[in-house]
Amino acid sequence: MKIAVLSGKGGTGKTFVAVNLAAVSFRSTYLDCDVEEPNGHLFFKSSISYSEEVKVKIPYAISSLCDGSRKCVEFCQYNALAYVQEKLIVFEDVCHSCGGCVLVCPNGAIREKDKVIGVIQEGQSNDVRVISGFLNPGEASGIPIIKNILQKILLEDEKVFIDCPPGSSCIVMESIKNADFCLIIAEPTIFGVHNLAMVHELVSVFKKPFAVVLNKCSDEDNPAKTYCLNQKIRIIAEIPYSEEIGNTCSNGLILVRELPKYRPMFQNILAEIEKGNYK
Amino acid sequence: MKILIPVDNSSLNGDVSMSFGRTPYFLVYDLETNESKFVLNEAANSQGGAGIKAAQYIVDLGANILITPRLGENAAEIILAAGIKIKKAHALSAENNIQAFVKNELSDLIDIHAGFHGHH
Repeated sequence: MKIAVLSGKGGTGKTFVAVNLAAVSFRSTYLDCDVEEPNGHLFFKSSISYSEEVKVKIPYAISSLCDGSRKCVEFCQYNALAYVQEKLIVFEDVCHSCGGCVLVCPNGAIREKDKVIGVIQEGQSNDVRVISGFLNPGEASGIPIIKNILQKILLEDEKVFIDCPPGSSCIVMESIKNADFCLIIAEPTIFGVHNLAMVHELVSVFKKPFAVVLNKCSDEDNPAKTYCLNQKIRIIAEIPYSEEIGNTCSNGLILVRELPKYRPMFQNILAEIEKGNYK
Repeated sequence: MKILIPVDNSSLNGDVSMSFGRTPYFLVYDLETNESKFVLNEAANSQGGAGIKAAQYIVDLGANILITPRLGENAAEIILAAGIKIKKAHALSAENNIQAFVKNELSDLIDIHAGFHGHH
């Protein structure tokens, strides 16, 4: 079962919940798809057994073959190409590596070269297989890295936890595309609710079974809870706002490994996900 | 000599546009004949790379001088490759900028910004 852990807003506790769910599961896989700021590995402190560069294709022109037809410039939907003074200019940061320019060139003047945009690292932390993606600073899109991470899922992986990037944009869609279940983490702020609604819409469009974990709950009003009740969204856990939990996380420790009394809370979230009747 | 200016509307006393790539119109002003025309900037609605597309467009229009309040680095690369001179707009209306250029009162635009690329 592949469980995507996501939230509209950053800092709601995606990594906290995903890491702890993976740590209470028997032999699980944790995938950090938040490739712009991956931090799950800071908690697992896993040994690195495997590392792989992620590359994309970037076009370049063989000027002796180019007759200036500009078919490639007209074709490029991202405006990554320009043709000036009988020379093709390629804007690598704008290119989405679709390969269309190569196909439309009538003279075969466009070739492709590899460009490294980041790295994937795999390691082990107790019985958790930890795979993290790291996008190089300045790169436009982490999607090729996320695709690569998701290809590392093995058939025999029983429980896979996908720690998604924040938001509801393309990289999040890529991360949840093949998930069996979406677990939305929400915090009790107005800003959080605004983004919770966006993620709620996203998982609905993708027709994914989903439920919400309310994090940082206190005695005060919880607008995220109100939203869930109004929208008839299933809430499967309310994690308290606690100094003990906060300190453990701030010190880069995994709550269920440090303080076993919290294990039942996460085991219960897993049981609720497996129960079905998600909606 | 052709001067190109990004403008908010198709009028000589209209304002210079604060955006190069997403300006609705360009004013094309011919210094020899004093003729002016306004052309639609089709790059304005691009999801990304508007500056690149707009720059290609003004190169193809045969611009010699670009007067603009600011310019992103991708657009600047194309415009400089084409040998177009870039001057910094300092007045509000397109007409006043042309007069200032003729009097040699406009400085070169040197503060090229890194672009306002949206994430999507």
